[in-house]
Amino acid sequence: MTEDLKIDGHVDAIAVDDEPTTGVSGSTEESDMLCAVAPVGLLAELTHRCPLQCPYCSNPVELESVKNELSTEEWCSVMRQAGKMGILQVHLSGGEPTARKDLEEIVKTAADAGLYTNLITAAVNVKRERLEKLQELGLDHVQVSVQDVNPAGADRIGAFKNALEKKLEFARWVTELGMPLTVNAPIHRHNIHNVPRYIDLAVDLGAQRIEIAHAQYYGWAFLNRAALIPTYEETIASIEYVEAARERLKGVLTIDMVVPDYYAKRPKPCMGGWGKGFMNITPAGKVLPCHAAESIPELQFDSVRDKKLLDIWMDSEAFNAFRGTEWMKEPCKSCAFKEVDYGGCRCQAMAITKDPRNTDPACSLSPYHTEMVKVAKSEAAKPATTFVYRNTRNAAQVGKAHDEPLVPAE
Amino acid sequence: MADVKQPGRLMVDRATKPLMPRYLKLRHDAGRDRWVLLAPERILTPDAIAVAVLKLCDGERTVDDIAANLAAEYSAPADVIAADVVELLQDLADKGYIKG
Repeated sequence: MTEDLKIDGHVDAIAVDDEPTTGVSGSTEESDMLCAVAPVGLLAELTHRCPLQCPYCSNPVELESVKNELSTEEWCSVMRQAGKMGILQVHLSGGEPTARKDLEEIVKTAADAGLYTNLITAAVNVKRERLEKLQELGLDHVQVSVQDVNPAGADRIGAFKNALEKKLEFARWVTELGMPLTVNAPIHRHNIHNVPRYIDLAVDLGAQRIEIAHAQYYGWAFLNRAALIPTYEETIASIEYVEAARERLKGVLTIDMVVPDYYAKRPKPCMGGWGKGFMNITPAGKVLPCHAAESIPELQFDSVRDKKLLDIWMDSEAFNAFRGTEWMKEPCKSCAFKEVDYGGCRCQAMAITKDPRNTDPACSLSPYHTEMVKVAKSEAAKPATTFVYRNTRNAAQVGKAHDEPLVPAE
Repeated sequence: MADVKQPGRLMVDRATKPLMPRYLKLRHDAGRDRWVLLAPERILTPDAIAVAVLKLCDGERTVDDIAANLAAEYSAPADVIAADVVELLQDLADKGYIKG
């Protein structure tokens, strides 16, 4: 959710989140100008390897194999191009980015290129010396995911033993070294009641920021929706808690929240508009307008192996497919909010309605909205289903079953 | 705005010595010809006055020092400027961008 950060007429903020559900805010004029030049944010998924197996992972269901990953030099070239074309922030993510042995070189190149560097890590396999080295090379900010505030819950959700203890130790190193820390709290029915404890934990760790990131139901989370989606009532209670905490902790902790849009009336301005301020690069070098864009079968993606990053941003078919408002159908086309929410999320429209040009069914004007909410509420009311963990074995299984409709909402 | 002092919240007054944390980066964004303040998962676009203030937030100058500095530069009354600077910095502090 984009908040209005206009401060006393002197400062505007453009929010750029690694979870590309928070979009670009600020004046339209400015964003239009950015679009003509370059995105402000780049999400670099360095690898899909990960020690955790969280069932809501934002990676595509078809995981990229190690042998297809970009080389060190290819990633370094991406960072240099990004700095040159005017990208301001790079989010080094995955999978688990520290699984790349050359992370140091990539961070250094990004920092040298003038990019503000953000490491998004599961933090279960990183030694203090490595963090110190990364800081020395120019790493600006660290985001640590915390699957739950109690150890058993964290172990079960991530399918990794003693994860919480390792994460907290790492998070303390971050603040001890004077680096800004974000706690990423992925929220769903198994931990939604722990939102207050998450916020206390972030304060206790000396975090600068926490993301209360309700699972977004694409990819793995879509497969696991019946295992993850909280009830409407739980969701509203958690949102109210966060809003009160935000006021109480003003100046102490920044609390950003991504809410589950199934229970919203209006869709989120996904990516702040398609191809407007943000791009994503997969481990194999494909350049996407958002991390879930590969779920739209009609799109063709260019690779940094074949083309320059700026050319891809300006000219690639995938970026131009849903840029602006020309592509819209009704009810988006004549909607007063079309330049506010851009019709919501194309990937969600695809997943639920099978047509990426439809209004995001999170919008109450979508003919699919009522049915989608009904299905979600009925799933939330039933006992949680078993997790389909995010791993290569399950990816292969799901891949085979791809022809079967995964879509319950029609 | 509820002006309640919470533990850890900086309340800015004219004696405060504001500090912009090292992890924030004030840079000129040449491609778009503007200043940006790069912060964790945020990009702020300060205007000329905010840039002038932020550049002086070194943890040693007080708000009064900063106001005096700007008063000389912009030929404006220091008292008026000090009140504006307090307001600007309080908002920035509440969003986590300025420490005391």
